Amino acid sequence: MNTNLSREVVFSDDAAMGRAGMSRRDFIKGIIATGASISAMGYVFGGCAGDMGSAPGAVERLISLNVNGRVRRVDVLPQETLAMTLRYKLGLTGTKLGCDRGECGACTVLVDDVAMYSCSTLTHRVRGRSVVTVEGLEGEDGALHPVQRAFIEELGPQCGFCTPGQVMSAVALLEINPNPTREEARIAMSGNLCRCGAYDNYLNSVMRAAKEAS
Amino acid sequence: MLRDMMANFELYQPTAIDHALNLMNRYGDDGWVLAGGQDSFDWFKDRAKKPRAVIDINGIDDLHGIRETADGIEIGALTTLTEIETSALIKEKYGVLADAARHVASPQIRNAGTIGGNVCQDTRCWYYRYGLDCYRAGGNTCYADTPEGIDREHCLFGADRCIAVSPSDTAPALVALDARMVVVNGDGEKEVQAEDFFIGPDVDIMRMTILQPGDLLKSIVIPNTWAGARFYFEKVAERNTWDFALVNIAAAMKVDNNAISDIRIACGGVACVPLRLTVVEEVVKGSPPNGASADLAASAATRGATPLNYNGFKIPLMESLVKRAIRES
Repeated sequence: MNTNLSREVVFSDDAAMGRAGMSRRDFIKGIIATGASISAMGYVFGGCAGDMGSAPGAVERLISLNVNGRVRRVDVLPQETLAMTLRYKLGLTGTKLGCDRGECGACTVLVDDVAMYSCSTLTHRVRGRSVVTVEGLEGEDGALHPVQRAFIEELGPQCGFCTPGQVMSAVALLEINPNPTREEARIAMSGNLCRCGAYDNYLNSVMRAAKEAS
Repeated sequence: MLRDMMANFELYQPTAIDHALNLMNRYGDDGWVLAGGQDSFDWFKDRAKKPRAVIDINGIDDLHGIRETADGIEIGALTTLTEIETSALIKEKYGVLADAARHVASPQIRNAGTIGGNVCQDTRCWYYRYGLDCYRAGGNTCYADTPEGIDREHCLFGADRCIAVSPSDTAPALVALDARMVVVNGDGEKEVQAEDFFIGPDVDIMRMTILQPGDLLKSIVIPNTWAGARFYFEKVAERNTWDFALVNIAAAMKVDNNAISDIRIACGGVACVPLRLTVVEEVVKGSPPNGASADLAASAATRGATPLNYNGFKIPLMESLVKRAIRES
């Protein structure tokens, strides 16, 4: 009885979404986003620190960030990590939060071309620096970055959750070492965990990207 | 326990050492100096530490970079581990330090983590890290040193209520290189031997270094004494990336006519401080760096070691590392 009822509800939701010209995915994302922002309000905006701006070196909350080549104004809490700002303030959800402890690498982004764990970087630390996330890799015509293409061709990802981080680590490596040995690539990628264990595929991808760029 | 968002704090980003010292003075115990942050954020996210003010010193230019001086080099405390690992100067003259830096954590952590932070980081004892009220946290119990406590990562030497160990990979290398730590506070500047910079629970159970509130590690000076000597560094950990050493070893050795004329050797992960093995140094001086000397050194190294329930394996491990350091420097 219950099962039937809930199924009906889902069906009618589908119909409603169809009418509104909205995909199921967008609809669910909307619901999640609304819920998440409401539940996060307490943490993110609750009880902000009081007497700031008085001493030398105190930070301003409204800052400009250079993300993917665009300057964006954003209100940043003192204790906010870059991963939080990117995902929940700037909508750049390509950067994943896995462990939030600087252990898994899913949140890897480039700060001035250097790979960093965005979960372990204060957003205020990257003022005046250039941040690149996985969204910023595509070319002007929307073409994928050579590293991303190589990842697809070599079937790098399995479930894909760690992939944005893996891509960023690979891009950072090829930036300073365009022709890495497999061992060098292995070390450069060692800060990114893959729960599926697709490490060899990722390494093949990096080596292919290096080869195709040369 | 909330394990994601950090509690609120006031954030200061001073650009001069004086400003930082003023802020540190103003906030005292309620202030927290943030370098690379790779140790700090764990504390904040676990809410085991809740400073009122965080003083992010990364914007202070004087604390960055590697400089050659008349009698050696000076490394700013905020120099990242990646910068140390890739510095041509350090690789050429003090390879053991570059090697040690290369073995810390993961590439992304080395890109953010600093040498100053690496030597000042707190111990990894998980009971302490979890925020329990152990001796080190100001309580009156050690949760690791109990019949049920999991103490396989803990110490062989120097236990005194607390059995935590020094987690740093670069600290043994700095002790081996006879480095000096430059500490500044409101009263001025002082230099401390690396060996004396680290303190055990017998000296102060709530600190790992001599730094008091108001003290800032400014730089690390490495004298020319050991430039270009024979070096050895090895770290044994459960995993090659991220993991802290079960035991690590760093040695600097000079060999004259196939005899060890001088040596400094230090071992991490076996005591609360990077343990300088002075007995080993005395035993092998004057002997050739061969298997026989190595065997003698190994048994001298672990004399007096007191294993706990689960860390007995560290004794043969430490012996093996000492042997290899003597044979293969």
